[in-house]
Amino acid sequence: MNQTEAFYQRIEKALQNDQVRQNIRSAMNGLMQKRAEQFNDPEELSELREKARSIRHYSLAKQAELLEKLEQKLIENGIQVHWAETAQQANNIISTILKDAGAKTIVKGKSMVSEEIGLNDYLEQQQIEVLESDLGEFIIQLAKEPPSHIVAPAIHKNRQQIAKLFHHFFPELSYSEDVNELTLMARKILREKFEKADAGVSGVNFAVAETGTLCLVENEGNGRLSTTSPDLHIAITGIEKVVEKLSDIPGLLNMLTKSATGQTITTYFNMISRPRQPDEKDGPRAVHLVLLDNGRSRIRFDNDLLETLRCIRCGSCMNHCPVYVHVGGHAYGTTYPGPIGTVLEPQLAGINNIGALTSACSLCGACAEVCPVKIPLPKLINQLRAEAVNEHFSDKPVLGKGSLRKTPEVIAWSIWQKIYSNPFLYKTFSWFATSLNFLTPSKLGKWSKYRTVPKPAKKSLNQLAQENGFDYE
Amino acid sequence: MSNRDNILNRLKQNTLSEPVKIESNVSSFVWSKDEKITQLTKCITAVHGEVHHLTNIHWIDWLNQELPKRGLKQVLIGRNKVTDEYTYKADKSVTIHHYDKPIDSWKDKLFNQIDVGLTTTVGAIAKTGSLILWPDAAEPRLLSLVPPVHIALLDANTIFDTFEQAIEELEWAKNTPSNALLISGPSKTADIEQTLAYGIHGPKELIVLIIDK
Amino acid sequence: MQLLRHEGVRVIFPKNQGCCGQPAFNSGYREQALPVARALSKCFPKELPIIVPSASCAGMIKHHWQELFAGQEDEQYVLDIASRTYELTEYLVNELRIKLTDLGEPIEIAVHSSCSAQREMKVDQHIKSLISQLDNVNIIEHQRKTECCGFGGTFMVKQADISGAMVKDKTDCLRETGATTVISQDCGCLMNIGGAFEKQMASGEKSMNTQHIAEFLWQRCYKE
Repeated sequence: MNQTEAFYQRIEKALQNDQVRQNIRSAMNGLMQKRAEQFNDPEELSELREKARSIRHYSLAKQAELLEKLEQKLIENGIQVHWAETAQQANNIISTILKDAGAKTIVKGKSMVSEEIGLNDYLEQQQIEVLESDLGEFIIQLAKEPPSHIVAPAIHKNRQQIAKLFHHFFPELSYSEDVNELTLMARKILREKFEKADAGVSGVNFAVAETGTLCLVENEGNGRLSTTSPDLHIAITGIEKVVEKLSDIPGLLNMLTKSATGQTITTYFNMISRPRQPDEKDGPRAVHLVLLDNGRSRIRFDNDLLETLRCIRCGSCMNHCPVYVHVGGHAYGTTYPGPIGTVLEPQLAGINNIGALTSACSLCGACAEVCPVKIPLPKLINQLRAEAVNEHFSDKPVLGKGSLRKTPEVIAWSIWQKIYSNPFLYKTFSWFATSLNFLTPSKLGKWSKYRTVPKPAKKSLNQLAQENGFDYE
Repeated sequence: MSNRDNILNRLKQNTLSEPVKIESNVSSFVWSKDEKITQLTKCITAVHGEVHHLTNIHWIDWLNQELPKRGLKQVLIGRNKVTDEYTYKADKSVTIHHYDKPIDSWKDKLFNQIDVGLTTTVGAIAKTGSLILWPDAAEPRLLSLVPPVHIALLDANTIFDTFEQAIEELEWAKNTPSNALLISGPSKTADIEQTLAYGIHGPKELIVLIIDK
Repeated sequence: MQLLRHEGVRVIFPKNQGCCGQPAFNSGYREQALPVARALSKCFPKELPIIVPSASCAGMIKHHWQELFAGQEDEQYVLDIASRTYELTEYLVNELRIKLTDLGEPIEIAVHSSCSAQREMKVDQHIKSLISQLDNVNIIEHQRKTECCGFGGTFMVKQADISGAMVKDKTDCLRETGATTVISQDCGCLMNIGGAFEKQMASGEKSMNTQHIAEFLWQRCYKE
């Protein structure tokens, strides 16, 4: 089965699941409303977005220099730095650190990059026990599912489903569908793990070059526990997360929390600059940072595509995406779903692997309107569509260019072009019925399942214009 | 060539024209002390935290009144001038524990027997309702995190307007602490149906005592 | 056109006009979009304002042609065209400062602002301001009014199921208003929404009329 067919299958499955669709819709409504309440002054919002954009753009422009500075400061601070070009290398690095330390159990704070490299599976194959400690991640780890949203990973599940899941895995705890009680159950289960874990793994929201500081944004405290309680902390992050100065942080943090969950600030903002010092009583004795490329440096090579890398992973593009709202995160079949996933994933994994994602976008622009760092998502999606069907569209280093070019489509568009660029051929209005319907033979006419076929007008606009005496020249 | 050099070389292949960064404007607004206290209180109480502005009562007296009422007995504190005073003046119903040994030997006690972690703060941020903590040898990192109740002492004169201002006035970049925290409420989650629930991993309660003489 | 003429504008209908190229442009087939767009661009050599009665086509000409024509010989010419391009309601409100008198019966309507009108052309307020001049017309706001109706040109064909789910949501929200008519600035959305209403009628659901703003204004303010 090719990627396009597989994608259609996932979409079909998602659209049939009314429960999940309802769960997602109601959560997204809440998130959109809370965000809107935080940004009630359009002028201020526009300034804040421009500022955040400029900070992220500056960081990308100076990325090599800043990463070298970051590395130098981290080493001075006693944090060990590792570089991984690929997911495989990152997994290797992490498992080697863990084995060298004799670590058998690890607790994880939420990290999308660790999802990107498939860290959990990799470590479990090496007989290392991995426990997700973010409540949402914990839930989906029990359910053996990937996250469906980058900020709210278990958003597709409702409380009844979660209650059943907890009851199945922890029958000794009494069954409850109450959110508070479910939360307290998770606290109880996870506390013990935090106490006993040999190592903690986390992501990083921002890495500050000036001070050698790893910043983590969270509400639960699991991130702080994962990075503070065990004796070993391994952080993993994409190379694009570096920023120049500490003073860059407030402007980004503010936009991140408000855009993501409509919070003025999250409960915890955790800034780690050193492992446990000789006189300190706690904190990990060793801290490692793994810097992951995995295609990012290739994206940065092009001035248009590098806008993708400004992303601060707030998830507001998916919260506002009418496609995401209907199909949910799992339909994308990728680590990052929604508009940012549609732009990022084909660039990371290649259009030949996952370029079909770009078809699931009506180019409505809702995502770009809310993006806190002004990534022109629809424009990038449309550019990737052009790369997908034309190997020679640009000299951008995109993987799998032209791999979605299909002969029937090329023929259809060429006929369309002939008709529409030639005034003599084009004097009729039945273009939808004629040229577009055979674009995708496999989906022929499926759109008419939801709406009637428009009937061509009795007279063309050209005829009407003439008959009504307009200047016709 | 190492991974590192490969990555850096690829990044260096595309040099972007000198980018412009919009710097933070630190003095964008200036609140009076009372305004800052009001704003901070508003933010923290909005997220389920408790704030008490102590003008006529010493914070130790406040604790001696309140802790017995709330049934909080096992109090963990650091070793510094401020909290040392409490060791001698605490109500008899309270047992004081000091966080003065490496955690490795008594993790179980920290996780299971302590009711309250009492800390000082470096300051606070009025705009977002955040406490600034710079944990150190005297007041370790887990003190404000593991016990189910976190009580934080805040000097009313150390509240900043914004995070930007705190970074500048504390010369944060120069004095980078090993671990720094902004704490803006009790631990919470909305991972189940976007419904807020408190105390998922960290403290279920955050009590801020603003000391204002 | 009749509406503009009635307001004293001499309207020229370039007889060779075709398509702005958007369908192919949004499908990745820019090679094919370019000659089509170029053929249309040649219809507007005179330094005259170009009025487009559909926000998405206007958006294509005004904002995307420069991307499509980048590096081409006629890039400058196309930029000039973009600067002269107006969406119809934008022209009526900002340039013509039209004054309308409502001659119609009281009516409740819903307004669907297309994505291009809201986010690309930023002209969604103009349709409201035109209708606010009509005494007997009451706009009822619908839920999720800024959300896309699922048209998206070839998106509707390529992702028919998602598009179908989106237009179902849109029609449900519009129906909830209890208004009889949906007005929009965009022909694509109207075709999508109108077609969906018609299809849903077969399963016994209440339908609504769909009408382009120009036709709506013409009928209410000019036709006796």
